[in-house]
Amino acid sequence: MINSPIMKKSTSQLSWYTCLAGALFISSLSTFCLAAEPSEYILSNGMKVLLVEVPKAPVATVQVWYRVGSRNEVMGRAGLSHMLEHMMFKGTVKYPKGSFSRIIRKNGGIDNAFTSHDFTAYFENVAADRVPLALELEADRMQGLIFDNAEFQTEREVVKEERRLRSEDDPQGALVEALFAQTYMSHPYHWPVIGWFADLDAMTLEDLQRHYDTFYSPNNATLVVVGDIKADLLLPTIKRLFEPIPRGPSPKQSLRPEPDQQGERRFLLKREAQVPFVMMGFRVPNYSSDDSYALDVLESILSHGKSSRLYQSLVYEQKNSLSVGAEYSLMQTDPGLFYFYSLVNPGAKVETVEVALQREITRLQSEPPSDEELQRAKNQIEASRTFEQDSNFRHAMLLGQAEMVGAGWRRIDQFVERIRAVTAKDIQRVARQYLTEDNRTLGILVPLPPKSPDESTPTTAHEGKS
Amino acid sequence: MYRWLLCIGLLLGLTTTALAADISPTRLTTPNGMTVLILEQHFLPIIEIHALVKAGSAQDPPDKAGLANLVASLLDEGTTTRTSKQLAEQIDFVGGSLGAHAGEDFSTASVRVLQKDLDLGFTLLADILQHPVFPKHEFERVRSQILGELSSDNDDPGQVAMKAFNQLVFQNHPYRWPVNGTEETLRKITLADVQSFYGKEYLPNQIILTIVGDVTVEQATALVQTHFGSWKKGPVQPRSAKKQAAIDKKVVQLIEKDLTQSTIVVGHLGISRTNPDFYAVTVMNHILGAGGFSSRLMDSIRDKQGLAYGIMSHYDARAMPGSFWVNLQTRTETTNQAINGVFAEMKAIREAPVTDQELAEAKSFLMGSFPLRLDSTAKLAQVLAQVEFFGLGFDYFSQYPKWIERVTKEDVQRVARQYLNPQHYALVVVGSIAKAKIRH
Repeated sequence: MINSPIMKKSTSQLSWYTCLAGALFISSLSTFCLAAEPSEYILSNGMKVLLVEVPKAPVATVQVWYRVGSRNEVMGRAGLSHMLEHMMFKGTVKYPKGSFSRIIRKNGGIDNAFTSHDFTAYFENVAADRVPLALELEADRMQGLIFDNAEFQTEREVVKEERRLRSEDDPQGALVEALFAQTYMSHPYHWPVIGWFADLDAMTLEDLQRHYDTFYSPNNATLVVVGDIKADLLLPTIKRLFEPIPRGPSPKQSLRPEPDQQGERRFLLKREAQVPFVMMGFRVPNYSSDDSYALDVLESILSHGKSSRLYQSLVYEQKNSLSVGAEYSLMQTDPGLFYFYSLVNPGAKVETVEVALQREITRLQSEPPSDEELQRAKNQIEASRTFEQDSNFRHAMLLGQAEMVGAGWRRIDQFVERIRAVTAKDIQRVARQYLTEDNRTLGILVPLPPKSPDESTPTTAHEGKS
Repeated sequence: MYRWLLCIGLLLGLTTTALAADISPTRLTTPNGMTVLILEQHFLPIIEIHALVKAGSAQDPPDKAGLANLVASLLDEGTTTRTSKQLAEQIDFVGGSLGAHAGEDFSTASVRVLQKDLDLGFTLLADILQHPVFPKHEFERVRSQILGELSSDNDDPGQVAMKAFNQLVFQNHPYRWPVNGTEETLRKITLADVQSFYGKEYLPNQIILTIVGDVTVEQATALVQTHFGSWKKGPVQPRSAKKQAAIDKKVVQLIEKDLTQSTIVVGHLGISRTNPDFYAVTVMNHILGAGGFSSRLMDSIRDKQGLAYGIMSHYDARAMPGSFWVNLQTRTETTNQAINGVFAEMKAIREAPVTDQELAEAKSFLMGSFPLRLDSTAKLAQVLAQVEFFGLGFDYFSQYPKWIERVTKEDVQRVARQYLNPQHYALVVVGSIAKAKIRH
């Protein structure tokens, strides 16, 4: 699923950069019928608080979610929300620059943040007895952040390095970015969460201050704490820390929907690379439509596990893909994409892969899935909601995300019921309705050979005493 | 301003010790020599079963790098009673996961299921470990798949840089080659090699089986007997503990690619996991560059100079000495400035003692964050298996904070001088070399 244009290479990138701000990796949805239900509170200033008691290990995650992401930006200032996320670590009067992460670290915690199309979230994973400390630091920076010009100039360079890493120098990242830009013409899902270079250069401190003043207020935020806590003991601390923060403006959140797509869009991206990459995106509804549940089951039939249709067909039998998948997230503020991707086996032709993907789509449209296939997909979705509770962090993320996109955490509880109700006919119907040629945007990464063939291989090694 | 917080930080060590000590798995050895670790966790109805096989890419013949990985990748591609597809269908139908892969020192095969599917989990894991058949067509298919992945790795500058770095640092040593092999070595591997490696290395007496989750010790013990009891033990292959030679000069490799950033990896040989200096090195490395936003490298290269998005230093402590390295990406124009910045920090931590505050903060993080490393079933299973593999003893969970607490400023400087070498190192840069004008 795409919540930011940052995905897929997530595992290799995570092992490489464990200390990053700005990335976001989430997968499917879950519910919580086995662990405790969240306790919900609304503070006097409008901030929502969700607390979940999980006593299995002496740790907890504290997450503050703001309803602001790249969808709240305007043309010419793409990347403002993410830039602000970076500036949130630059200090307040009480906790000056650098102290936030240092205090969390010396208390044995890990902190970071992530930004997507729809939200910005900050988190601290800590020993359970350090939760009040994390809360105090988060309450402090909800107001009174210091915007220093020198800090901003340096941090802008850091964000530009992040953009080079994720998009400029990553062929797949570049294709994802182009796919969204091609699919959405007027809606802000058009631009990448990290922004364009020109917009990053044009950004000013005033832009950041205005964005902060507009969106960083308790009534636009949700606090989620999951872990070894006692809700009734923690609530007074939360009230003491957050209730003095005054209610802020109520920023407009609704956007005009992207007009219907009237015909297929295709594009090529040519750059130095080894392996072709194909993406096929279809515009589909979000959680607010009943069809989203059938689309979720459809995603599972296509791509969950090695017995799934896409793996069996493209990787196992036809051997034209190194990896293949379909991704969809119903938890988005505005209607998003149901997309297919294939990392093409170097021995295969891109055209063959495109035909093979289309064949799987046609098959779904012409015949309903078997009972066993449908049951497998449902079992996978149901089991994953239990497995996901193994991690406090993921558990809290699901709640936070559901709140941010407007679905509300209670909808997660109804999720399994709705998934169980999906029929084979529903699957066929949504495949026919949404996975159509006219609704499709197809992008192909075409690898170009290195500019000078001699330089492509590691030849310039030299050794010497220093 | 932080004084009161620092006090809390120091107290935390004590709290953590008490909490961490609660982890005490049941350990037993079966008649066929398998080591079994069981940890009951009843909060969620899930179970993780994790088999660590004491053979990894370090056991690959030099001209057949990638063999251990190919063996592990083929375990779930067909057994005497189940085809590749049947295995996939059975685990997918219950929403579980099953898989195997190789590392340098060991391979792992694991399964994750809901409690109600516990017996199926054991059945499938036992089947792929004891009865793989390595069908010829699967062998060919998986090998060609891995060859394709090697090609795809070349689109990731980080992978390209690390592969080159390992070849420079681990000369004439099995850690030299990527776990998944190279195009040349993979092509030399035959089906007979796969069968022979499996036959020699996959023995019950070479396995640590870790079971964590919603199961009782009695239940788990009985299931181990049922599913693994008839597996015959065998002779353990002798291991040649080949000693790595340290680099005795500066080695530079520049790899041209049309990119906007230079990916930089610099470092040299490191330490083994059982080195008594492991804890002092951990503290030193945390201060230098492993401590995320509070490390010296992050502070200098990212926060003060804006040269990189991420920068980190690593000590990969393995069964035999692994490597030490720093990696980062910076725009082409600032390549020299960033490399100089890295060496400046490597020299600084050798030349002057770290401050009391740096030491205290590093130690309180390492002690205090210990429970976060054990907060899920999968993490627990992996850590337990490795504690057993490296012979750390299960008092590790109560002792870790004490070993960290014991490290002094003098220790930090001593290990920096002993294990960091800003003169003799390997430096790899991947990027627009012609434009970067590297001066090293």
